[in-house]
Amino acid sequence: MYKNESPEQKKYLLKLRAKKRLIAFLRLMLLVLIFASWEAVTRLNWLDPFIFSSPTRILNTFIRIYKEGSLFTHVFTTLWETVVGFLLGTIFGIIIAIILWLSETCSKVLEPYLVVANALPKIALGPVFIVWMGAGPVAIITVAVTVSLIVTVLEVYTGFLETDSEKIRLVQSFGANRKQVLTKVVLPSSFPVMMNALKVNVGMSWVGVIVGEFLVSKAGLGYLIVYGGQVFQLDLVMTSVLILSVLAALMYFGVQLIGKWISARY
Amino acid sequence: MHILSMYVNGGIWLVPAVTVENISKRYHTVDGEIPALENVSFEVSEGEFVGIVGPSGCGKSTLLSIIAGLIKPSSGQVSIFGEKLTGVNPKIGYMLQRDSLFEWRTIYKNVILGLEIQNQVTPDRLQHVEHLLEKYGLSNFKNHRPSQLSGGMRQRAALIRTLAVNPDILLLDEAFSALDYQTRLAVNDDIYKIIKKEGKTAIMVTHDISEAISMSERLYVMSKRPGTIKMSIEIKFDMENRTPISSREAPEFRQYFNKIWKELDVHV
Repeated sequence: MYKNESPEQKKYLLKLRAKKRLIAFLRLMLLVLIFASWEAVTRLNWLDPFIFSSPTRILNTFIRIYKEGSLFTHVFTTLWETVVGFLLGTIFGIIIAIILWLSETCSKVLEPYLVVANALPKIALGPVFIVWMGAGPVAIITVAVTVSLIVTVLEVYTGFLETDSEKIRLVQSFGANRKQVLTKVVLPSSFPVMMNALKVNVGMSWVGVIVGEFLVSKAGLGYLIVYGGQVFQLDLVMTSVLILSVLAALMYFGVQLIGKWISARY
Repeated sequence: MHILSMYVNGGIWLVPAVTVENISKRYHTVDGEIPALENVSFEVSEGEFVGIVGPSGCGKSTLLSIIAGLIKPSSGQVSIFGEKLTGVNPKIGYMLQRDSLFEWRTIYKNVILGLEIQNQVTPDRLQHVEHLLEKYGLSNFKNHRPSQLSGGMRQRAALIRTLAVNPDILLLDEAFSALDYQTRLAVNDDIYKIIKKEGKTAIMVTHDISEAISMSERLYVMSKRPGTIKMSIEIKFDMENRTPISSREAPEFRQYFNKIWKELDVHV
């Protein structure tokens, strides 16, 4: 940053960079170690590769379903359902949180219902949705939305309530109405809370979609996992799980990037 | 009292900038009623700097919120230039304890917040803002974030935010209490000069006796809860162009301090 850094400062910065590189290296090594030992123990038959699969078997499976042409269908189905579930859960969650904030009576009345709804394992409603909406993507997305919705509502609403009361008084002293208090203070100051809710929701939506697919689907990664389990093809299960973790990570970082972009511009 | 103080100046009857008449306020809680203010009356003439001191919890901030139109008194009324106050009034600017600048806005965007809320973002209002920023040395920081400014500069930005909507009366609610002592002395001086230069009427609530004496031309001392006005003193120093810092050096300062200290009757 500064042109004439003292030797001490240079030393300090070098040390910091070296530390950062070491961490990155160790992270990578841990991954390599896990896959290498997985490969080794299954090759040596200490663990049965038929039950535990192995990195090379996963790679072969991946190539096989890619060549069969079904890989993208499955990945796309799951991804699409997750993104839609995520967006709906987040948007509706924030809208409901705004309504609760606007009406104290409303939030007081709904409070016990929200608490119960939050404690309830939403997956239990899966079969209900299938009966109501048919065994298809709509039911799956509904499961995903229910899983993420209540958490979003509670988290964002709590964030709204924690808005600095002096900032609210300030805009009120300028004559702000309730809507202006919301748009000028409450929403922008809760932006970090909303971003956090979004990150949590990424995970929630994946849970919802995969469980939904377990229950009804004919395509998707959740379907592949269930199918693989039923026909004892653990290679297929492991491949799907790996693809899933890569996708979930990408979506998480995507959301994080969008958040950074927005807060840098706003 | 208010008829007496409607004084004649050059043959013209002046309406006081602020008239507070028999204000009482009771707060209601499940455990009962808490009387916060009882029969508070006083007047502030235009251009005057009035200080209100009192022990903590005496209802002085409540009083200021009532004058700002943010809360309604249980009885009594407030008039601004002779007109009865019914709610938040654009003639009144309110400065709170902390500067409350929004970190998600630049200094410029912070300063025009009031204009945005009042739908007053017009070219000549913006020009007035530019002028204020220029005059008080903040124009180079327009695009900075609040966290990049020093405590004193933040307080200045907060004052310009209040001045941007062009109020006639400023209410300062412990406006400096979040600052450390040295910064506070400098900011007292700075804000005082700006308020005087802009020719505004000011009412300042504080629990700091020295701060009150150094800035006010008239001082009201309030009693413990329920707050009433115990004493009113005119603060005069034998000097021209007094500032908060020069006032602190005046020989009368100590006398005023002792008088108010006795009146406040503080016990540990």
